Amino acid sequence: MTDRRDPLLKVEGLSLSYQTRQGELQAIRDVSFELARGSALGLVGESGCGKTSVANCLMRLLPDSARLSAGRVLLDGQDILLLTEEEMRLLRWRRISMVFQAAMNVLDPVYRVGQQIVEAIETHGVESTEPAARERVARLFRLVGLDPKLTEHYPHEFSGGMRQRAVIAMALSCDPDLMIADEPTTALDVIVQDRILRELKDIQQQLAMSLIYISHDIAVVAEVTDVVGVMYAGRLVEMGDTADVFRAPAHPYTAALMSSFPSISGERRPLISLPGEPPNLSDPPQGCPFHPRCAYATDVCRVEYPPEVRAGSHRAACWHPLDATLVPQG
Amino acid sequence: MTTPEPFGPTPEIAVDAGSRRLRFVLARLRLVWRSFRSGGGTFLESQMGRLSLFIIIVYALMAVAHPILMASVWDPATYDPVTGYSFDQVEQPAPPSWKHPLGTDPLGRDVLSQLLYSTRSEFVLGITAALVTVTIATFVGAVAAYYGRVVDAFFMRLADLMIALPAISLLIVLSALFPLNLFYLALIIGVLSGFGGTAIILKSQALSIKVKPFIEAARVAGGGHFHIIFVHIIPHLLPLALLYMMFTVTSAIFAEAVLSFLGLLDLRMSWGIMIHTANTGGYLLGGTRYWWLIVPAGASITLLCSAFYLAGRALDEVVNPRLRQRND
Amino acid sequence: MESASNIPETPNAPATGTDASDDGPLLAVHGLTKLFPVGGSPFRKPSSFIHAVDDVSFQLGHGESLGLVGESGCGKTTVGKLLVKLLEPTDGKILFRFAGDPVDTETGAPWDPAAMRGRQLRSFRRRVQMIFQDPYESMNPRRTIYDIISEPLSVQGMGDVQYRVDRVLEILTLVGLTPAGAFLFRHPHELSGGQRQRVAIARALVIRPSFVVADEPTSMLDVSSRTGVMSLMQDLASELGVAYLYVTHDLAVARYMCHRIAVMYLGKVVELAETEELLRNPLHPYTKALLSAVPLPDPGSRREPPDIRGDLATPIDPPTRCRFYERCPAATAHCLNHPHPLLEEKSPGHLVACYEV
Repeated sequence: MTDRRDPLLKVEGLSLSYQTRQGELQAIRDVSFELARGSALGLVGESGCGKTSVANCLMRLLPDSARLSAGRVLLDGQDILLLTEEEMRLLRWRRISMVFQAAMNVLDPVYRVGQQIVEAIETHGVESTEPAARERVARLFRLVGLDPKLTEHYPHEFSGGMRQRAVIAMALSCDPDLMIADEPTTALDVIVQDRILRELKDIQQQLAMSLIYISHDIAVVAEVTDVVGVMYAGRLVEMGDTADVFRAPAHPYTAALMSSFPSISGERRPLISLPGEPPNLSDPPQGCPFHPRCAYATDVCRVEYPPEVRAGSHRAACWHPLDATLVPQG
Repeated sequence: MTTPEPFGPTPEIAVDAGSRRLRFVLARLRLVWRSFRSGGGTFLESQMGRLSLFIIIVYALMAVAHPILMASVWDPATYDPVTGYSFDQVEQPAPPSWKHPLGTDPLGRDVLSQLLYSTRSEFVLGITAALVTVTIATFVGAVAAYYGRVVDAFFMRLADLMIALPAISLLIVLSALFPLNLFYLALIIGVLSGFGGTAIILKSQALSIKVKPFIEAARVAGGGHFHIIFVHIIPHLLPLALLYMMFTVTSAIFAEAVLSFLGLLDLRMSWGIMIHTANTGGYLLGGTRYWWLIVPAGASITLLCSAFYLAGRALDEVVNPRLRQRND
Repeated sequence: MESASNIPETPNAPATGTDASDDGPLLAVHGLTKLFPVGGSPFRKPSSFIHAVDDVSFQLGHGESLGLVGESGCGKTTVGKLLVKLLEPTDGKILFRFAGDPVDTETGAPWDPAAMRGRQLRSFRRRVQMIFQDPYESMNPRRTIYDIISEPLSVQGMGDVQYRVDRVLEILTLVGLTPAGAFLFRHPHELSGGQRQRVAIARALVIRPSFVVADEPTSMLDVSSRTGVMSLMQDLASELGVAYLYVTHDLAVARYMCHRIAVMYLGKVVELAETEELLRNPLHPYTKALLSAVPLPDPGSRREPPDIRGDLATPIDPPTRCRFYERCPAATAHCLNHPHPLLEEKSPGHLVACYEV
């Protein structure tokens, strides 16, 4: 058995590109991070920044046009990128499960919700008998705050929030070590979102499961996660404990994201908008991809990708970090 | 017309009005050309598109060639498709020779001349029928979808009726009532298809356009019913309409062949009549011996029908991006 | 390249121009109701109705921005569509008094969209516009940016091509799409979401309306382009004297965009107050729940769970009692036995529909 103190997941230098008509689109470039057992990692960024591509890499759910050019994804020291498709199938759901944004697409409309989860449990051999599997589904439903009677219902009879809970129950059905949640509450109203986030957080702590939470909403990520990574143009530009990153952001992009985020609490501070548009990933700018929009950009930013600066677990890729305690290592 | 309202100062624009108008028009034309080129490119990329275009062009050249040949090298007394007679053949029908590359028919007329002459009427028939179909179907589809309720119910029941009518049998009955010439035939086929199946397909397309927010945006802008139907709904139907135009050409040529074969059409000459002539003389029973009486016309019907059908399929790939093979 | 414009700490004060205050508010809505039939067919009367908007009344001043906030299905978008006459009200009155021509020249009465047809409706459309939520679907993909923005001008028959081109170039510059000439013949799909929403704003403002319904104009945009669009809308509102009805589910966005906020629940306005007053001192239990459910971007801060029971229902033939009764933590027997409470002024400018406040 591996040491409990070892990280559960270790991603090293992951790079992914898609072949498109416009040429090669660099979706992820040199992304590295670690995820400890039982901790929750948030990935924040705008659409097209590569956060969903990272999740798809971890699940190995990639379209034919995708090409993994470099990197390793170590789950308990085992590189899952080297596994065969058959081995990967066994790993999905049992070790890593995923909750998608569009819950409706996951649930098959012609089968009862409970039956679909029972099947997932039986396929992966978690429970050997059907009554045991059914009992497990009932427990999972209670866990996510759904009435166990609802297992006999069809997906269309569920509201948006209930459906998302059912999908979370399904993702939990095989006791995964890691659950990836890709914008699971984006389509929901705030009150429902609040309940689901609370349940997700409770379950994660109760089961000591690791969680990767992907969202564009920094407030949600701030509430749910322990560690956060900020992505921009396929790069992980800043990473650290959620409290450190959001209290004292080091990368100008993180700071810009935060100062453009409207909040209902506290004094009304002016919102500052970020000029320009995210770069075209088929033809990213030279140097730091953020430099065309960055207020602090200098000549060096336009030429060379910045080295990593660090202070403890807080790291950023910037020539001019806003937090001066972060310094280059080695 | 309302006079322009005062609107604040006009921004300084360096170029004078006339040349700006010209640049405006040129920019528009470039836009049309660009979309035409990208659509045409996709069409020609498919094997079906290239093949169908080749066949259609060959037949179009044949149609053009006939009057030129008649005016230059072919003597009308011998080569007229209906009244000509080849005196130098001992026996009619005569097999292919240098003088008559596809031989002569039982009445001593040149088969190649008949074939070329008919090509033109096949094109006229097919394209007229297709235009009638598309005009009716686009309008009916857009109007039924936009107004809904009673208008929709009326046109859809009418469409059911049109589909239920057996087209060929109806044409046979009609041909007994009055002389059915090429124009009437095109009109009837066009109406049957235009109010029938094509209208239903275009209506369902129009329905999916009608619920788009840009229709609401156009209403808020002040656009009336005509504006919305003609500017926002119909342009979205045209690609699909073009596709069904191709299929109508096929069915019109086919219907003509069937009716002419039965001798029910009031035409001078057509591919169907050529086969009809061979059949009434009993030459179809002779097996392959008199092949030149049947094969040219039969193959032409098959080829041109398939060409328009394939063109439709290739257009489908242009219109329907999901069918495109390359990844976007 | 858009400019890095910032959103000021408070929305600009409503423009009270010389001719604006003469004839009362820009918009007065009385008892607005919209019922949608459930089931039914051309031959059979529907047996039940969704009460999408039920007896809603409010007023909106010239140049003022009112936020309409609520969860999906609360009827906020329906209110917006009723005001621009995309839907016909089942009951109630909508009256506009535009600065410049407070009464309709044909009838002599305030503008009443419900009664409008033909030419009159078109001149109403010149004064009232809408910005739609989805910048991808709200533009005809086959038309150019010029076609899209100039549509209100061309369908209204305003000016010749020369005039329209000038207006479009002018408004493109105003919304920050520069150089304007480069955008004229692009298609919507060549633009980013933020740029498209700027085009949508340009289309709504090109005929200089007095009132614009903005239906979640930033909900589909990324954070970085959202702020730019928000500040643009504010700048243009004060510059052109436009009043907004800002429909949104996001209280934080409404805080920055609106002078006042109305909270809707299942077709009813349950609370209406000045923005900061509503956020600091919410009185209705639903508003309280809604506010406490909004996540905070401050790690480590603990929020109390919102005090609300059950799930959102669909208002199909709802009972006459308070719509919020089933989910209300403060509900009493009085609430059960009485009709839905009226919107009453509990403190100056702060209206609440609740018996228990």
